[in-house]
Amino acid sequence: LARRCYKQWLWFMVLFMSFSVIYVDAVWPMPQMISSSMARYTLNPREFIFQYSSGSSAQPGCSLLDSAFERYFPLIFTDYRHDEWFRFPFTVVVHVERAECEGYPDADSSESYKLSVCSGQAALRAETVWGALRGLESFSQLVYQDDFGEYFVNETKIEDFPRFQFRGILLDTSRHYLPLHAILKTLDAMSYNKFNVFHWHIVDDPSFPYQSSTFPDLSSKGAFHPSTHVYTQIDVKRVIAHARLRGIRVLAEFDSPGHTQSWGKGQPGLLTPCYKGTVPSGTFGPVNPANSSSYQFMTRLFKEVTSVFPDSYVHLGGDEVDFTCWKSNPDVRGFMLKMGFGTDYTKLESYYMENMVNITKGLNKTAIVWQDVFDYHEKIPVDTVLHIWKGSPGQIQQELSSITLAGYRVILAAPWYINHIDYGQDWEKYYTIQPLNFTGTEQQKKLVIGGEVCMWGEYVDATNLSPRLWPRASAAGERLWSDERMTSSVIDAFPRLVDFRCRLLRRGIQAEPLFVGHCRHEYQGI
Amino acid sequence: MIATLKFTALLLAVVVCRATQDYGYKDVEEPTLGDSQYGSLWPLPQKVQMSTVAFKLSGVSFQIVDAKESSSGASCSLLQNAYRRYDEYIFPISRMQGQNKKKAFASVSELQVWITSADSECDNYPSVTSDESYKLSVDSPVAVLKAPKVWGALRGLETFSQLVYEDEYGAKSINRTEIQDFPRFTHRGLLLDSSRHFLPIKVILANLEAMAWNKFNVFHWHIVDDPSFPYMSRTFPQLSQQGAYHPYTHVYTPSDVKMIIEFARLRGIRVVSEFDTPGHTQSWGKGQKDLLTPCYSGASPSGSFGPVNPILNTTYDFMAMFFKEVSTVFPDAYIHLGGDEVDFSCWKSNPDIQKFMAQQGFGTDYSKLESFYIQRLLDIVTTTNKGYMIWQEVIDNGVKLKADTLIHVWKGNQQQYQAEMARVTASGYQALLSTPWYLNRISYGQDWQAAYKADPQDFNGTDAQKKLVVGGEACLWGEYVDATNLTPRLWPRASAVGERLWSDKDVKDTNDAYSRLIQHRCRMVQRGIPAEPLFTGYCAHEYKGV
Repeated sequence: LARRCYKQWLWFMVLFMSFSVIYVDAVWPMPQMISSSMARYTLNPREFIFQYSSGSSAQPGCSLLDSAFERYFPLIFTDYRHDEWFRFPFTVVVHVERAECEGYPDADSSESYKLSVCSGQAALRAETVWGALRGLESFSQLVYQDDFGEYFVNETKIEDFPRFQFRGILLDTSRHYLPLHAILKTLDAMSYNKFNVFHWHIVDDPSFPYQSSTFPDLSSKGAFHPSTHVYTQIDVKRVIAHARLRGIRVLAEFDSPGHTQSWGKGQPGLLTPCYKGTVPSGTFGPVNPANSSSYQFMTRLFKEVTSVFPDSYVHLGGDEVDFTCWKSNPDVRGFMLKMGFGTDYTKLESYYMENMVNITKGLNKTAIVWQDVFDYHEKIPVDTVLHIWKGSPGQIQQELSSITLAGYRVILAAPWYINHIDYGQDWEKYYTIQPLNFTGTEQQKKLVIGGEVCMWGEYVDATNLSPRLWPRASAAGERLWSDERMTSSVIDAFPRLVDFRCRLLRRGIQAEPLFVGHCRHEYQGI
Repeated sequence: MIATLKFTALLLAVVVCRATQDYGYKDVEEPTLGDSQYGSLWPLPQKVQMSTVAFKLSGVSFQIVDAKESSSGASCSLLQNAYRRYDEYIFPISRMQGQNKKKAFASVSELQVWITSADSECDNYPSVTSDESYKLSVDSPVAVLKAPKVWGALRGLETFSQLVYEDEYGAKSINRTEIQDFPRFTHRGLLLDSSRHFLPIKVILANLEAMAWNKFNVFHWHIVDDPSFPYMSRTFPQLSQQGAYHPYTHVYTPSDVKMIIEFARLRGIRVVSEFDTPGHTQSWGKGQKDLLTPCYSGASPSGSFGPVNPILNTTYDFMAMFFKEVSTVFPDAYIHLGGDEVDFSCWKSNPDIQKFMAQQGFGTDYSKLESFYIQRLLDIVTTTNKGYMIWQEVIDNGVKLKADTLIHVWKGNQQQYQAEMARVTASGYQALLSTPWYLNRISYGQDWQAAYKADPQDFNGTDAQKKLVVGGEACLWGEYVDATNLTPRLWPRASAVGERLWSDKDVKDTNDAYSRLIQHRCRMVQRGIPAEPLFTGYCAHEYKGV
């Protein structure tokens, strides 16, 4: 079947070359290679099927693709009417080399795919099920409706793969609790944008909503509310399962030693008591790095965390540690003396993070840490991934250079702090970021494994998350997936993104407008 | 309004992000969170005396009823609807069934609503002179809400509902309280723009609901503008047929408009429609040939069009018929006629207009031509017996106006708008302020505080001048706003404006406001409006939609 399709394709190419009208606008983010012709085929929902090719290693029963087919049917036929009487059979034949239908996506999962659409059928070939998911998404975006509601797809050929392996979105469920459905909805929208990592900044100073089975007091005392504002183990499993079905990894972050005020409520003795003169002031600082009990606690907690979250990476945080409380505490000062750190508290922080990275290593996981850890020149294993979150454009480039020069892999988040809002079309700012624009060798550039959109939660909860995130994050989505040379123009991107945001709306994602205008189907909520 | 805005937006965009951290900006002054002695009241009533004595509200027996002495009764559906609405706000989960058990504690068993004047105005439309004052006395076993008119009763019901809280066992409670309340300003408006993006009816209704919770009383409906003409006119149906984004799915039919006006009326909210001319009318031209000025490129028409053509009699014939319709569709005594941001370049290019300028002896002063147009338009609207509101440019250009005209100030920085308020009131006109309340302009952080601190009477002028300030309006222009983000962008930021316009001018303690506003926003969320958070924290009942 695939071969026949290909032959027809050549024929059409000859036929339509002279017109050279290329419909490449439909798919967001832009595939690496796409061409299409004016030839269009009708799709009839009653005679449309997904099918595994006979040679595919994934076959009926592959839960991951079976459920993807189920999902994409209504995404393609957004208003399926039962009065169609034209007969236009159409089959999407899916071929997967390696079926990992029950597995989890991981850092080195291939997401490449090839798609060719011709009369009556589309052939989708991918090395892995993850690539097949990306291809299904692209196919669904190729389908459009005319003014009479009929569905069409144009003859199209796509060869596609992501530019960066790590394309993440961070949600912060500590500053505001995000109900489960808000997270699941975000995962849906992520898959429409080909994001593949959900960075779950699950706990922080304000609240500890993760319900730990080892230390239940952490959430019963540290959450905003012990039963309505927590993520149970079942909730977490549901998020991970929902993400897996969409080819999205769930990267959990348990940030320490700073950003841990809420931990202290359920785990007495964990945080450093701050002193006023010679007496405790009653307030607490970062995790107490001078107590061995701190590390015992962390070992047990991370043992749980790494078994709950299947991803082979875990985010340890390590940012913004305030030294004033450590400095005030006589026991911490004594420990500094004993360790020979003098008055250099960055050494104490290094000592703490080193221990944390080793705990992670002991659990067979790789650590991701915020850039602060590198900035203090701590001795960390070379497979640790650094996460850049701060600085001016110049400082970010400098940081990229020095981290990669030291041989570490790096994720770029600083330019995509999407919680920062501005009046007007700020998506352009996120779109025109050039992640590899820094001084370094080819080898260094390869160490940039991707980027991440961060939606910190000070001013964000379920009331405004979706419209604030989409379609602004879509701009970063294309930057991280597509070829930069093909997608460098904001002017070209604008009409495509306008269409794409209407498509998101049609799929029930509350994506805000880019500018004056309308969608055929407006959002119907409030 | 828009050209200026866009320019400002560009300037803003240049201000590049400062070094950022996941804490947000440390240099933003954050109000400290304490408990307000006024609980969750918003906007704060003029006089409140709250005691610590608390009563329970029985989920079985509590009810809102007409007082025996009230001039309003079961036939006043406005109040009956309001009773049901507020009953549901107070008891959001379905009421318990069953016998009223013998009470072991002091309780409030009913709220009696007493309309004290002979004419309750139950079947009227609210107007600029409507009396919104009320007195509320909460005691056991009955609470009494006294108001001269239904409008005050509506405000008092909202206040009563805000006094109710849950004790630690979830029981509805209310403290012994005495309140005397009335608005500081008579015009407390909110502008929504349904032209730049079409707003589904549902969104407009939901926001009218939220307006009532914040004691706003004017919905300024900027219904048409350059991008689209969603108002379906009976007289000129082609205006929306050709000028709307879509002739069926993106229009407001006469019955939609009626529904919105009635929904607003039931909440004591006026609907003031704006049909902005002669600029901001590109969408009008699609359905009404020859209404707009053909622009010229050299000696020939360029194919594009400018503002309304002010030199043709047909223009005024059209306007007369059109505003006759508008004046019957919208019952309010005022119509907003716009008159802002007229671009002269197209008029200048058109040879017929040049000739007309010469005939009229206007020289090259095109603001005289604009005044000529506005003058004739005002004469037309005057024949419909409506008053009018206009944007500040009209008076800046020296057009002669009726004494009761409302001048809407929207431009400039603080110094400029304060000078404008002084100028407008010095010439004896009533003024309305919007400049500091362009809520479509967003920025990172707690920008509600800036809106809260602005005061429409804060300018150099006599007491007589200050009295001419009738209020203000929060504006949510639609360039970047549609149904997806309107509600969280508006609330609770507009609430800050709501309190400024309702409460006493000395109510300006940001810390106290912060504490009340946090609770007020959670209340809005619980009532189903996705009002966004002010800062880190939580509501007992989080928003359930997505």
